[in-house]
Amino acid sequence: MTIQIRKGKRATEPQCLGSQRSLNSEDLLFPNQTGDSKAAVYFQLSNGRFRPPPAHRLIAHHIVDTIAPIFFRVSRTMWLPLRLTLLLLFLLLSPRALLRSGSAAVVSGEEEEFHEELLLKPLPDRKVLAHFHFHSIAPPSKSNGRHHHLFPKAISQLVLFPSSVPFAMWSDLDLILNFLFRLLNNCFSSSRKYDVFLIVFALIGVIVGEFLSFGQVQKFRVKEMELSFTQGRWNYERWGGFDPISSNNAKPPGVELWAVFDVPEDQVDAYWKNLTNSLSGLFCASINFLESSTMYSAPKWSFRITPGRLRYGTLPREAVCTENLTPWLKLLPCRDKAGLAALLDRPSIYKGFYHSQRLYLTSNASVPAETVSGISLEQTLTVVLQPNSPSSSSIHSGESNFQPSWSLSSIFGRKISGKCVLAQSSIVYLQLEKSIFSEQKDNMDNGPNSLASEGFAGGSGFEMSLDPDIVIEEENQSQHKGSSVLYGFWVEKYNESQPFDLGLKWKYPVFWSSRQAPLHASRFLMGSGNERGAIAILFKSANSADSSSGSRHVSDGCELQVDVFQVVPWYIKVYYHSLQIFVDDEAKPIGDFVHKIQVSPSKDKTSPGMMEMLLKLPCDVRSAALTLEFDKGFLHIDEYPPDANQGYDIPSAVISFPSFHSVMHLLSNDSIRKSPLLSRFQEKNRVQSYTEVLLVPLTTPDFSMPYNVITITCTVFALFFGSLLNVLRRRVGEEERYLKAGKKKGWLRVLLSRLLAKLRGKPMEEPDQPSSESAPLIGKKLVLKVILVAVLAVAWQFYST
Amino acid sequence: MPTANTEEENSKSELQKNHGGGGGFTRWAVVAVIFRLALIYFPGNLNLSSRPEVSTPLTSIRRLAEGYWLKQSSMSPYAGSMYHGSPLLLSVLGPLTVKSRTILTDSVAHCRIEGQPSHILCSLVFVLADLISSILIRATGRKLQIAYRKSLKSLNLLNKSTDSGALSSGDIAALVYLWNPFTIVACVGLSTSPVENLFTILTLYGAATGLAPLAAFGWVMATHLSLYPAILIIPVILLLGYGPDAPPSKLFRSKEHGKVGDGKSSQEIIFSWRRVFHLLVWTSLWSVYVLVLCSISVKQHGSLQEMFQRTYGFILTVEDLSPNIGVLWYFFAEVFDFFRDFFLIVFHSNILFMILPLAIRLKHRPCFLAFVYIAISSMLKSYPSVGDSALYLGLLGLFLDELADMQFSFFLFCGYVGVSLLSPVMHNLWIWRGTGNANFYYATAMAYACFQIVLVVESVSSMLNHDRKLTKLSTSKLQK
Repeated sequence: MTIQIRKGKRATEPQCLGSQRSLNSEDLLFPNQTGDSKAAVYFQLSNGRFRPPPAHRLIAHHIVDTIAPIFFRVSRTMWLPLRLTLLLLFLLLSPRALLRSGSAAVVSGEEEEFHEELLLKPLPDRKVLAHFHFHSIAPPSKSNGRHHHLFPKAISQLVLFPSSVPFAMWSDLDLILNFLFRLLNNCFSSSRKYDVFLIVFALIGVIVGEFLSFGQVQKFRVKEMELSFTQGRWNYERWGGFDPISSNNAKPPGVELWAVFDVPEDQVDAYWKNLTNSLSGLFCASINFLESSTMYSAPKWSFRITPGRLRYGTLPREAVCTENLTPWLKLLPCRDKAGLAALLDRPSIYKGFYHSQRLYLTSNASVPAETVSGISLEQTLTVVLQPNSPSSSSIHSGESNFQPSWSLSSIFGRKISGKCVLAQSSIVYLQLEKSIFSEQKDNMDNGPNSLASEGFAGGSGFEMSLDPDIVIEEENQSQHKGSSVLYGFWVEKYNESQPFDLGLKWKYPVFWSSRQAPLHASRFLMGSGNERGAIAILFKSANSADSSSGSRHVSDGCELQVDVFQVVPWYIKVYYHSLQIFVDDEAKPIGDFVHKIQVSPSKDKTSPGMMEMLLKLPCDVRSAALTLEFDKGFLHIDEYPPDANQGYDIPSAVISFPSFHSVMHLLSNDSIRKSPLLSRFQEKNRVQSYTEVLLVPLTTPDFSMPYNVITITCTVFALFFGSLLNVLRRRVGEEERYLKAGKKKGWLRVLLSRLLAKLRGKPMEEPDQPSSESAPLIGKKLVLKVILVAVLAVAWQFYST
Repeated sequence: MPTANTEEENSKSELQKNHGGGGGFTRWAVVAVIFRLALIYFPGNLNLSSRPEVSTPLTSIRRLAEGYWLKQSSMSPYAGSMYHGSPLLLSVLGPLTVKSRTILTDSVAHCRIEGQPSHILCSLVFVLADLISSILIRATGRKLQIAYRKSLKSLNLLNKSTDSGALSSGDIAALVYLWNPFTIVACVGLSTSPVENLFTILTLYGAATGLAPLAAFGWVMATHLSLYPAILIIPVILLLGYGPDAPPSKLFRSKEHGKVGDGKSSQEIIFSWRRVFHLLVWTSLWSVYVLVLCSISVKQHGSLQEMFQRTYGFILTVEDLSPNIGVLWYFFAEVFDFFRDFFLIVFHSNILFMILPLAIRLKHRPCFLAFVYIAISSMLKSYPSVGDSALYLGLLGLFLDELADMQFSFFLFCGYVGVSLLSPVMHNLWIWRGTGNANFYYATAMAYACFQIVLVVESVSSMLNHDRKLTKLSTSKLQK
């Protein structure tokens, strides 16, 4: 039900039109074939264009596409000199454009790269982690213009370079050139007068269209961006919290988006809004809800070390499904038709315990001085699956210690039939913890070297169905625990007839544990009722169970740095002065542990509350807890979502450890340098984890009451106004007259009798006042009054309409 | 002069009477203070400081503490939507909240987790404010009573007015203010309304005793703290111009007409422009002073404009829709956005519309006029609390003699008791148990508004009737 409602919202977004998708389907497989003008038009429509193209552009394309070819055939009588001048004029207008596109035709193709990799890793709790890593690199824009062979154009448009040429849309240029070449062709064969005007008109249309759309194109200027769609929660305790995958690829549930922009600070918000809208269209998700200023924040230092014009927003309740995966796959050159992505069988992926698709984009294309890397797009898909082969389940029932055996076909239900032809490299890695081998070493008494050469061969506790092409070991560091071995398989060796189907079979029950972050963070709510509560973030030392000498290479008296970054929606009104810290279950003064704190309190209906905090805890801390009290806000009925009683989500807090880095020290090798996945693993990133999303129920008003409330309240106000005025209006003289008139009667009775008399239409029977002649007078007055009011009403009605 | 002698005797006897009653007053006042202190020191599980009836977004001490914390961490106290009070209040009360916390860190640490900060120093300030206000009410009451007797005497109606037992109306009003459960709850529940009430009462006292600077100071501070006392400028001007409450001036005139040939027509009531001019001068002086102080205290991290936006703007555009005992929160939570501005204007102008008619009709009784204004504004204000009701209920005691034959008083009393019992129950059902819905609480708010309306209307009408009665009596005497 929830999903239906949420998805129903998206139907209003114009970007998710089915027709556009159908256009999409054919051209992305063959992005090179833009020669045909019709394909070019489709290209225009389908990629990178998140809004429907402006009408004038469509008209221009339409003219070029339909009218012009007809006239090329007919226009045999055109004047040659006129055409030549036209052409010259056009060339003068865009000399650089032509030059660049010419150079692009020469240079491009050899520099754009695409790599696909898959990392498989058995997890300690009988699950299997599959981490797909697709990497596209586009060289700097100077040499390459706006054409891409492999790189998705939709993404490259997010990173737009400043262009000195008015014709900013390079893709339109080929359209125009195409048009001109045909014109030239026709030039020599025919000459007719009257169609010159049509052609000129078409040209002017295109040019004006270019000029008009010039301002709209430069919308994004993204320097760095990460977008993730996640379902499920990464289990830091079991699946590890220290390795690069958990630090980089474990994401909070729902959608998380952050971006660094290359624009002045005052324009960042506008660019962010554009970006959210375009991504929303691109991925068919409600990312456009991040547009409102209540949904995003600008962390200063706790979220990323790199300072910059960063914006951060999350949608914790976004439901992630195939409709988000399909556009994501469309960005790959082979989509899911070939290569590693062919494994992505939807039912088996979404059956898993954790599913996170991520898109990470970096560029320095907008900096003209740097010509190093251009745009790089990293698409990862991390899934945690439960292998369930019938044999393993029987073993499971018998001996619970056995890890389940699995193969690619048993996990995904598919096999890899060769690599994507457009990919530079296509590698599958299998990562195993070294502690398995050490355990086996005790059992088998094998030499340490044997694991590299013979581990797979059947000598140790597991068996692989295929021989690895390369074995990479993590360099032994001071801490032994956590290092691992990678087996690499070249997928290109396999084809349709001999598909790649890696299997792993365990021979002995093995145990190991993943490496943990120094502190395990969790977050929960305290209190009951719908008026107030408290948020608590609890850190537990991950090493408490282990021996103290494990991964902690630090002595006593040292400090453990913890960065906390938390965004709270405005309707959760946090009292930051109520911040309390408990270290080892004892309340401590805040100043002792909070090294640095930055708060931007929430503003009602304007901005969320953000808290960045740098904690310095002693290394031998067992547990630490932060509590913050809050009041729950009350919203206007329009601000409640359709399922108001479900509650509201507080996005995950980001906990990072600046002094710890999740890095794999692999023995350097040529193949590693080539592999983007492994080079990513070797980058120095700080260990980061996300806490749970909290669900806060808020009180709801009665949604069916607006009219009742308005009428009742207004009645009470009218009662007040009327009765008070009535009391004030009563005259003393009047009173005295009544007193004189009816000595014995109370004034209320007099009033009543008057009222009755008026109702009957008879004069009041007062003995001393003969008012027989006043009766028709009253009637006349009444009639006159009624007529006056009626006339006024009619006049009002007449003049107001 | 025989008249002077009788006057002196009268005032002496009054003084004695007041002295006799004064003992009673001091006793009861001391008991009230002790009762408050006992409530503060033995808080039990009252949770008063977070009750919606007690602490509104404007008067909540937790929000004040948050504002002070923000200020201490070098941010504007108005950053975020937490604090909406005065920067002066922040600099006076803010340190007290923090100090009490640091002192009690160890002992109260476990209490504070349940959302119960203990601001003992703050509550002492509020108890003191309550005590001072009651003393001021008493002094105002004596002043009013003397003026009342004097004017009655000059109309030769003194024998008609019955002496009101052991305590004078000022004492009763002060004790009503001190012992009103609403006042006690507002004081113990750490809302800042006792301070606001203190300045409002100070205004009335200053005006009643003819001290223009004091009245101006009280008015400027009260307006600065909670905007609505701004309308009190009219009763203050009338008080200073005409003197304390008296029967309609027409009576004196007609009486003088009756006493033809009496040369000493000193009873002619003259509007003293000099005092009003003093008041205006002092008002401008004080307001400049307050503004300068405010700008000094906010200049580090904000501006005066931000202050006005966050205080007066917050009051006028009912932004916070959390429930309170008023009617506007639910209305603006439900009303269509399109009409929001319209209804904001309508509801606020409802207060303004009544100013002029009331001022015309009750210009001879400026103190009572002030009471009516306070009652109306505390009924129609954006974020009302029981502290505001406590103020006008206390002031009601000042007019015991005049309002002796008020109608529905027992009904009103029952209504107030019933609403103040039902409202927490409904709130509990809605917010905490989830078995009721918002309409339950809204219904009690509506009932409360209706009772307040009846109180205002009835008191005004009985005051007018009282004047009529006086007129009748004096005319009948004259005719004799």
